[in-house]
Amino acid sequence: MVKVAVLGAAGGIGQPLSLLLKLNANIKELSLFDVVNVPGVGADLSHINSDATTETHLPSSKEDKTALLTALKGANLVIIPAGVPRKPGMTRDDLFNINASIIKSLAEGIAQSSPDAFVLVISNPVNSTVPIVAETLKKHGVYNPSKLFGVTTLDIVRANTFIAQLYPTDSKPTDFNVNVIGGHSGETIVPLYSVGSTGKLYEKLSEEQKKTLINRVQFGGDEVVQAKNGAGSATLSMAYAGYRLAESILKSLTSSEEVVECTFLNLVPEIKGAEEAKKLVGGLDYFSLPVKLGKNGIEEVKYEILTKISDDEKKLLEVAKEQLAKNIEKGVSFATQ
Amino acid sequence: MVKVTVCGAAGGIGQPLSLLLKLNPQVSELALFDIVNAKGVAADLSHINTPAIVTGYQPANKEDKTAIVESLKGTDLVIIPAGVPRKPGMTRADLFNINASIIRDLVANIARTAPNAAILIISNPVNSTVPIAAEVLKKLGVFNPKKLFGVTTLDSVRAETFLAGLINVSPTSLQGKISVIGGHSGDTIVPLINATPEIARKVATLSTDQYNKFINRVQYGGDEVVKAKNGVGSATLSMAYAGYRFAENVLNSLAGKETSGSIPDSSYVYLPGLPGGKELSTKYLNGVDFFSVPVVLEGGQIKSFVNPFELLKVTNDETKLVKVALDGLSKSIDQGVAFVTASKL
Repeated sequence: MVKVAVLGAAGGIGQPLSLLLKLNANIKELSLFDVVNVPGVGADLSHINSDATTETHLPSSKEDKTALLTALKGANLVIIPAGVPRKPGMTRDDLFNINASIIKSLAEGIAQSSPDAFVLVISNPVNSTVPIVAETLKKHGVYNPSKLFGVTTLDIVRANTFIAQLYPTDSKPTDFNVNVIGGHSGETIVPLYSVGSTGKLYEKLSEEQKKTLINRVQFGGDEVVQAKNGAGSATLSMAYAGYRLAESILKSLTSSEEVVECTFLNLVPEIKGAEEAKKLVGGLDYFSLPVKLGKNGIEEVKYEILTKISDDEKKLLEVAKEQLAKNIEKGVSFATQ
Repeated sequence: MVKVTVCGAAGGIGQPLSLLLKLNPQVSELALFDIVNAKGVAADLSHINTPAIVTGYQPANKEDKTAIVESLKGTDLVIIPAGVPRKPGMTRADLFNINASIIRDLVANIARTAPNAAILIISNPVNSTVPIAAEVLKKLGVFNPKKLFGVTTLDSVRAETFLAGLINVSPTSLQGKISVIGGHSGDTIVPLINATPEIARKVATLSTDQYNKFINRVQYGGDEVVKAKNGVGSATLSMAYAGYRFAENVLNSLAGKETSGSIPDSSYVYLPGLPGGKELSTKYLNGVDFFSVPVVLEGGQIKSFVNPFELLKVTNDETKLVKVALDGLSKSIDQGVAFVTASKL
């Protein structure tokens, strides 16, 4: 009986994300929460002939905390696209002030109502909002780092697509599964093209092409914000990516298949491989790395990949670490003030 | 190598529909056309790591006709969610004035640029927009009735969901076991829920009141969502899913996959253009030419339809529903035809 709660279900990402979740045969209950419009979205989705039941939760006023708590009750997995999106010229960090408060109050709700749930954070800036969730759950004594995921999957999706576009006759985007590590904004994003199935193709590129490719993965979000010209940021591709991570987690819960995904996680000693990983990333507390998923969430950090990267990728890592440290600190300070 | 064009891709239905199409590995090219925002939606979708190459097309100004032509060049399937949605209190017919012109102009472009494409029409009122499309295609000498589909799948989706709740079975299990025929608005929608014996047995346990409420809910399911959205729009996500479900049927038929053994999905089609269609219309439909029936697809077009009156069980109650439906349909069809007759193409 898997219950999934979507916080921010009526938004640009929330709606298509909720549609994909409604179509997943492993989900029995879909709980939709938002501060506006969610009854309409719920009525719409409820007509679809898949087995998940839908329920909607809308606060009756700004002070009403019960809607969120009811939405989360019994949830096994909580996915959070809530918050405001970027406009042209904005960085993900510019969203911090608004989204930090939103995430904090949602985390308070999770702490009270569904402390055992898997929590997937989409709301930007992920580099800071994940630490905010962690600190808030810690405050309530319910924090389980194996179950907290910053969703960076869209960077992997983009990395796969962009290299395939350079080799249109020799490859398809579905051929690849590039590891993308670090953080989830600009230069904190480090695609590891030299490792795995993209290695040979990546080597054939000129230095200029490699630079452009890396830049495209790092600023793919900006590409969409520009193209949408003020109308928003990535919604459909983000819905797909968020769904992909949720689907992988659900798969690891219901089957014995080994599932590995990159995710932005808290590198704490309780998680196998996390200590070794932390040493290799300059002592950062949070970092996106490939992890093995299992019935209890993150079972192991596959840190070995850090020993296989190229010199250029090591340089990217240095830049990423610097910025990431600041982003993490910003989130931790906000949550602990 | 299948190219799909979505006309109205940046709208409430168009966006999630385009997402579902982008996720289908059978699609090699996805052209997104709209009068605004198509490029942004295309940039977004283009990042997804599936094979379809996504391109956005939007006119540079009101006079620019090149965008629609480019989006249609070489396309195998055109799906049209374009148009305005209902607000509370409106019927689908109230949308006629705006949506009729949109459909007329889009289909004229399809006729000139991609006359062999399959055309799936979502834009309401479907009961009229499909006859409009047929008239335009006829006038331009390229009408192939086997490739013109009014999308009524959402009525089937609703019937499956609502009935499942009443008879305590899973909604997914009813797909292919019941059917919805007729038209695509209010009392032109006719659910046939006795076609499969095991389901008919459970239906027999429903009271008259439950049955009537069920019929009413399927017929006015659209209104239910319009109301719940309180002025913000009509069904978008469920419509995207339903439109995709039917498009997937067409794509599967292009890939040589057979329509499965149970009752195939219905579509609102021009019967006289199909083998046995004129006879069905004359014998059972008082000569009404457009009607939604289950269709068997092959190679991206209609191979045959399932005659509900001879091959599915139609009860007395359901026969009465058909009678009411025919009344509403003939008016809507006439309205659509008259609109094109009065139009310049």
